[in-house]
Amino acid sequence: MALLEVTNLSISFGGLRAVEDFSVSIEKGQLYGLIGPNGAGKTTVFNLLTGVYKPDEGLIHLEGKNITNLRTIDINKEGIARTFQNIRLFKNLTVLDNVKAGLHNRYHYSAIEGILRLPRFHKTEKIMNEKAYELLKVFELEGEADYLAANLPYGKQRKLEIARALATGPRLLLLDEPAAGMNPNETKELMDTIRFVRKEFDMTILLIEHDMKLVAGICEELTVLNFGKILTSGETSEVLNDSRVITAYLGE
Amino acid sequence: MKSKITKGKDNLITYGIVLISYVIAQILISAGQMSYLLQGLLVPICVSVILAVSLNLTVGILGELSLGHAGFMCLGAYFGAIFTHCMKDIITFSPLRFFLALLIGAVVAGFFGFLIGMPVLRLRGDYLAIVTLAFGEIIKNVANALYLGIDRNGLHISLKDSLSLNLEEDGTVIIKGAQGIISTPRDANFTIGVILILITLFIIMNLVKSRDGRAIMAIRDNRIAAESIGINITKYKLMAFSLSAALAGIAGVLYSHNISSLVATTNTFGYNMSILILVYVVLGGIGNIRGSIIAAAILTLLPEVLRFLDEQRMLIYAIVLIAMMLFRWSPQIIAWREQHSLKNLLQKFKKTTSKKEVR
Repeated sequence: MALLEVTNLSISFGGLRAVEDFSVSIEKGQLYGLIGPNGAGKTTVFNLLTGVYKPDEGLIHLEGKNITNLRTIDINKEGIARTFQNIRLFKNLTVLDNVKAGLHNRYHYSAIEGILRLPRFHKTEKIMNEKAYELLKVFELEGEADYLAANLPYGKQRKLEIARALATGPRLLLLDEPAAGMNPNETKELMDTIRFVRKEFDMTILLIEHDMKLVAGICEELTVLNFGKILTSGETSEVLNDSRVITAYLGE
Repeated sequence: MKSKITKGKDNLITYGIVLISYVIAQILISAGQMSYLLQGLLVPICVSVILAVSLNLTVGILGELSLGHAGFMCLGAYFGAIFTHCMKDIITFSPLRFFLALLIGAVVAGFFGFLIGMPVLRLRGDYLAIVTLAFGEIIKNVANALYLGIDRNGLHISLKDSLSLNLEEDGTVIIKGAQGIISTPRDANFTIGVILILITLFIIMNLVKSRDGRAIMAIRDNRIAAESIGINITKYKLMAFSLSAALAGIAGVLYSHNISSLVATTNTFGYNMSILILVYVVLGGIGNIRGSIIAAAILTLLPEVLRFLDEQRMLIYAIVLIAMMLFRWSPQIIAWREQHSLKNLLQKFKKTTSKKEVR
């Protein structure tokens, strides 16, 4: 069974069919790419998958479970985590606290236990710190743990966002243009990080990207969106050589 | 830019400031160096500090603008005072009675915070401010119109006048409409006020540095991202808002047990008071608990200390407000402050001494 099974997803905003008949099937452990020109509806697909928008039609199944009309927070609890195209960190929290916020639903103690500093508070916070530092180490952010997130350089903010998403313990990770605004060196480093995350956490990843080098370098399969509809999908090399894709998107 | 944040010792310094101020005040009183006027201001200062710190939870930590904080204070003040009047002859041990009054004030205000918060916290920004403002005014006006009496049959409520309460002969009127509640036992004192400040600080500062506080601040910083990592927005907004209201209720109970006649006017529980509390928070620094304490204390003292200026009093008060605002928020002054902060001076001192040692 596929990890993520999306069938005939559609949504309209007023008269605009933003996404029409979108279907995709992603196997566990896959690195899947979603590409397309600006305004093709890629981020809308992410927003549908994470419950920000409710689809007009279509179904979303995660490991056989129907998650189509769940709330965003419940979809996260089911195991889908995401990053954002325009970075959305908790800017006035420390880097460590950003990741610990991601651990929110995995380690519990009540507000009373927290205020009165009961033993369970200390015990849980200690575990949370350990887990958070483990994640920060993966992204080489442990040295900046006490910095405010707003003061991190751009590339590290992107990494922190991925670390925070992973902290929620997802089965599927959605990355919305992770390389946006990065220079070629940073992009290369990011590719290594994404590969590493997949191996280390045994993660399935669906990513939106404009950087064709990155897409060609790490994605195994691609779906190309154009005007809200699927233009084509299949193995990366085939898709990128498809003449329709080249005219619609890559030019010439 | 300051990139690392300080932690750990910060809370201790805040508790320390409160405790040291308390000790100094007590020494001044016992040495007979404090005027009666000033002594009379001690409990009001505690009230202002609790109000400012609790409003900072809504405005600074949760990031929502509330203009109805005085309304919650009003609820606490009235319910606490009503309880004390009803129990005046039953519980004669005043600390216990006052403790129960505080609990009731906090629970009632917190409950109303919860009720108001449920629909209103779905609104954002200006809308929330407008609804809370209206709520504060409604509470104040209801309190103004309310008549309440007690006799052996229980409580009687009327919105007309005290005669329509139809009290038995042994009954007494507790709330007399616009005349409010008079001669509530003076159960509050400075020591209790300071203890309540410390409890408020303990609750808020520990909450901020816990799982739930992180969730609240995450919502403030980015609601969409907080939702995407599974944080329940409504739950945590309600938690912060009700807690803030409950603490304002406590401040209200403290207030009502320190004055002989409790009336609901614009200046005590209305719009003016809500704005005044907001001024404490903004001048002390939004999200800065210690700043709220200092701003609330100074701005409560100031009008009375400046009384000798007679007519120019409010003029000077306004100038001090502007000066504090500049000191707090002007970029140039912030830069200057960081350069000349105690921490920096100490560091410079350490550097120079360590260089000497190397030589």
